[in-house]
Amino acid sequence: MRIDCKHVWDHISAYIDGEVEAELRATIDRHLETCEICSAVLDSTRNVVVLVADDRVFELPAGFSRRLHERLDRELALGGD
Amino acid sequence: MGEPVKSPKEFLERIRSMPEKSSSSPPAAAANPDREAECIRRILAGEKHLFHELIRPCERAIYRMLVGILGSEADAEDAAQETAIKVYLNLKNFRGDAQFRTWVLSIARNEGLGRLRRQGARREDSLDAEAEEQGGDFTPAILTSWREVPLEALERKELAGLLREAIERLPEIYRNVVILRDIEEMEGREAAAVLGIGEGAMKVRLHRARALLQKTLAPRLKAFAPQRKRWFGGGR
Repeated sequence: MRIDCKHVWDHISAYIDGEVEAELRATIDRHLETCEICSAVLDSTRNVVVLVADDRVFELPAGFSRRLHERLDRELALGGD
Repeated sequence: MGEPVKSPKEFLERIRSMPEKSSSSPPAAAANPDREAECIRRILAGEKHLFHELIRPCERAIYRMLVGILGSEADAEDAAQETAIKVYLNLKNFRGDAQFRTWVLSIARNEGLGRLRRQGARREDSLDAEAEEQGGDFTPAILTSWREVPLEALERKELAGLLREAIERLPEIYRNVVILRDIEEMEGREAAAVLGIGEGAMKVRLHRARALLQKTLAPRLKAFAPQRKRWFGGGR
């Protein structure tokens, strides 16, 4: 089975998550061996996914946790239940 | 703790065998359901102070979810506090048929969407996204080679800012799914439950979100890739 680039792009997200069926995965792998463009698209997408997961991208504002728990203390003291 | 490497080749192999993803704190999903259930039982029995420990592993996820919906750090912080209070006040309604974090993030999402409705102004992109669900251009940025940007590059604030901005500019339905799946690293079923959609729809959105991020970021991320080492002359 052959596959074109557009078809590979349609499956990139599932490929990264390991959710592509074995036969299709093997077909995509064969395509990637010879297609520089799809290899670069896959590598760059995977790189983006790894980078955005890092805690340094969305850091909590300074004092966020302290303020949250102070507010909760006030609520708990009201006896709401 | 590992043994010293004996050759450059071995060093490279060891680097490649390291896990791809890492972050500076353990995932919030590390919460133990049995401990949570016991904690909830005791809180409902009167040990209210334990609620601080129950909500603590979720607070980062609550905040990120709300930043994604509201687009403002100050609004997100206020909404996060309201969410925590609502979780506390509704704790007796948690039945345990979903993960605690899933239930908490559903409350956070409702809080965020409720605020948008009250403001009478949905973020412009919400409507765009609904239209976009019918179609759109999700063709990736076409590249002929890629040099990986390592996590260490995030020490540069401008890189973190670039990534944050690209996520914030995603249409809401795509932004939320990226936050839950790729940032909070939730299971697909759990993320779909928070968003109130099926797993199939969630996967389509995730695919499109990643394609949009790749398209926006790949051309700009190249500047953060390590420079190729140039070797002049031979070794002695």
